[in-house]
Amino acid sequence: MAAKTMFDKIWESHVVREEPDGTTLLYIDRHLVHEVTSPQAFEGLKLAERRPRRPGATLAVPDHNVPTTDRRFGIADPVSAKQVKTLEQNCKHFGIAFFGMNDVRQGIVHVIGPEQGFTLPGMTIVCGDSHTSTHGAFGALAFGIGTSEVEHVLATQCLLQNRPKTMQVRVEGTLSRHCSAKDIILAIIGKIGTAGGTGHVIEYTGGAIRALTMEGRMTLCNMSIEGGARAGMVAPDTHTFLYLKDRPLAPKGELFERAVRAWKQLTTDSGAKFDQVVDLRADEIAPQVTWGTSPGMVTGVNGKVPDPREMPDEKSRKAAEHALEYMALTPGTPMTKIKLDRVFIGSCTNSRIEDLRLAAQYAKGKKVAPSVHAMVVPGSGLVKQQAEQEGLDQIFKEAGFEWREAGCSMCLAMNADVLQPGERCASTSNRNFEGRQGKGGRTHLVSPPMAVAAAVEGHFVDIRHWG
Amino acid sequence: MFKVEYNRPFNIELLKFTVVMHPFTTLTGLVAPLDRVNVDTDQIIPKQFLKTIERTGLREGLFLDWRHKKDGTPDQELFLNQPRYQGATILLTRDNFGCGSSREHAPWALLDQGFRCLIAPSFADIFYNNCFLNGILPVVLKAEEVQALFQSVRAREGYQLTVDLAPQTVTTPEGTRYSFDVDPFRKDCLLKGLDSIGLSLHHEPAIAAYENRRKAEAPWLFPDL
Repeated sequence: MAAKTMFDKIWESHVVREEPDGTTLLYIDRHLVHEVTSPQAFEGLKLAERRPRRPGATLAVPDHNVPTTDRRFGIADPVSAKQVKTLEQNCKHFGIAFFGMNDVRQGIVHVIGPEQGFTLPGMTIVCGDSHTSTHGAFGALAFGIGTSEVEHVLATQCLLQNRPKTMQVRVEGTLSRHCSAKDIILAIIGKIGTAGGTGHVIEYTGGAIRALTMEGRMTLCNMSIEGGARAGMVAPDTHTFLYLKDRPLAPKGELFERAVRAWKQLTTDSGAKFDQVVDLRADEIAPQVTWGTSPGMVTGVNGKVPDPREMPDEKSRKAAEHALEYMALTPGTPMTKIKLDRVFIGSCTNSRIEDLRLAAQYAKGKKVAPSVHAMVVPGSGLVKQQAEQEGLDQIFKEAGFEWREAGCSMCLAMNADVLQPGERCASTSNRNFEGRQGKGGRTHLVSPPMAVAAAVEGHFVDIRHWG
Repeated sequence: MFKVEYNRPFNIELLKFTVVMHPFTTLTGLVAPLDRVNVDTDQIIPKQFLKTIERTGLREGLFLDWRHKKDGTPDQELFLNQPRYQGATILLTRDNFGCGSSREHAPWALLDQGFRCLIAPSFADIFYNNCFLNGILPVVLKAEEVQALFQSVRAREGYQLTVDLAPQTVTTPEGTRYSFDVDPFRKDCLLKGLDSIGLSLHHEPAIAAYENRRKAEAPWLFPDL
C-alpha cells in the first residue's frame, strides 16, 4: 500500500461519497459554534424547515462579544447582547449544548474545545471561524468555514470539499530558551508568506515541533491560516494522549485505550509524499515582532523596520509603503526603539494556562511602565480559575496588568476592549490587520514573554538579554 | 446532555433541489479596480458589522475604514468614492484577496453593493468558497492578465467586461478573451443556482451508512453531548 500522510488517512476515513470531479462529501465529527457566524445559519435552517442532523456533535459558546469586565449586569451594547441571546435561543430551540457567559466553562471556542476533550485526534472539526486550525494540534483535520457551510454541517453533518494539497513544514533544532511556539509560527509565516499555504493543509514536523507542549502546538496550528493554510496539524503522541486523558468529553477507560491505539496509527508513513516541503532551523529563530499590517511582515526583535525601496518587487514595495504609513514607522528604526501604549495578552493564539504561566514568570516582581496600559485576558473561565489557584493573577495585578474575564476581547475588538486611533499595541493575538484591534489602532504581534517585557519597558526588548 | 435521534424520519420534500441563490451564467458589467494585495476580510467589512443577525444591508460597511482620509475627506483612491465606478458589478483586485477571517459578511457586503464577479490572480481559500455559496463568481486570471485589465480599467471610463461561466471566459471590449479554471461541480451549482444543502441531503442514505460503519470502527467519536 502506498505510504500516506496523516492528512491522507484522516481525509480518506471521512469520505462519504465523491462527485466525478473529486468534490467530496466529507463527514464532520465535531462542530463548534459561536455567536458571530451562526445566526444566519440557524435562520436558514428554520426557513427551510430543516433540523440539525446530530445536535449532540455540536458545542456552542459566546466568545467574540462578551465583556471581559464584570458580567453581573450583562452586555452593555444592545446589538452584542442580542447576538449572544440569539445564540442561546437557537441552541435551546435545536437542542445544542451551550456554555453561557456565566458558565465557568465559557471561553474562546478554540480554547474550550481542547479543554473539554471535545477535540480528539483523527477527527474532522469545523467552526465558522478561521482559527479552527488550532485543533489540528491534536492530529485532527480542523478548518474554518463560512456561515453557509455552518448551516450545511448542521443540516447534514457533512461538507462539500475539494481535497487540498499537503505541505510539510519541518522545524529541526532547538529553540532558544526565551522563544516559544509563537516565534516559530511567525518565522514560518515570514518565510512562506501570507498566501504560501493557500490550498494546502500543513503538517508541522521535526524535533522542535515534537518538543512543544500541547499548548505550544495549538499556538502553532492556530496561525496556519495566517500563512494561507486552512488547516495545520501535528501528529498525536504521548503529549497528546496525556493532555486528553480524563478530560470531561474524552473517552474513558477501555475506550480511551482503544482510541489511543487507533490514534497512534494516524502518523504520516515514512516515505509519504507532500506536495511541498519547507525547512526551518529552530536555533536560528529570534523572538519575532511584526512591523506591518499583515502577519508575514515580521522580523526578529534584533532587526529593523525594513525599507520598502529594498523590497524585491513592486507589489511588496507598495504593500510595505502602505503598511508603514498606517503603522507610522520609519524604515531603519530598530524594533527595540518602538514604543507601546497598550499590551494585550490573550486570544485563541496565546491565552491558555501555559501562556499565562510563562507570561507570569517574566512579569513576576516587575512593574508595567506608567505610559502603558496592559491587560491579561484568559482564554476560558477554567483557565482563569486555574491561574488564580496558582496565584498568577496576583503576579499580574501586582505588576500592574489588568486581570479580566475570558473571551476574544481585543484580538478583534468586537466587545468594549478596543484600541483608540493611533494607539500602538504589543499583542499576543494573531492578526495585525489595519483596524483589527480598533480603527486606526496599530498592532505588533509577539509572544507572551515579549509582550510582558514590552509592557514593563514601554518599548520592545530582546528578551534573550532582558532582566 | 441531549439525546440524538439517528435515523429520524426524513422529509421527502427536502429532496427537492431548491434554487436558493441567483444562478450565475453570463455577466456584462462595469469594472471597479481595487489595487491592493492581501485585502483581508477585516478591511472588506469591519467588525462592528459582524454583530448583525441578518445577511443584508452590509453595503454600508464595505471598505468602510478606507473610505475617508485621516482629515475626514473622502479618499478618492477608493473606487467607491469615484462616480465613474458607481454601479460596478465586477471587482478587479490583486493577490490573496479575502484573506483572514472566515466571516461570510465579506461576500454578503460585496453582493449587497452589487458585485457578482471578482477577478484576481489569487483568492484566500475560505473566502473563495464562501463566494460560490452566495452566487458570486471569483475568477482567477494570470497576474499579467490582471495587470493588463488594471491598465484598461484606468485608461477607459465605463470599461466593461463580459464574464461567461459556461465557456469559462472573460472577454474585453477589444475582443481579447481570457480563460479561467473552475471546478466542474461548483460551476454546475453556480450555473443552476443550486442549494448545496439540498444536494447533500439527497445523499442521506450514504451519510447514514457512513455513520453506522464509523460507529463500529471508532465508537469514541459518537457519544454525543
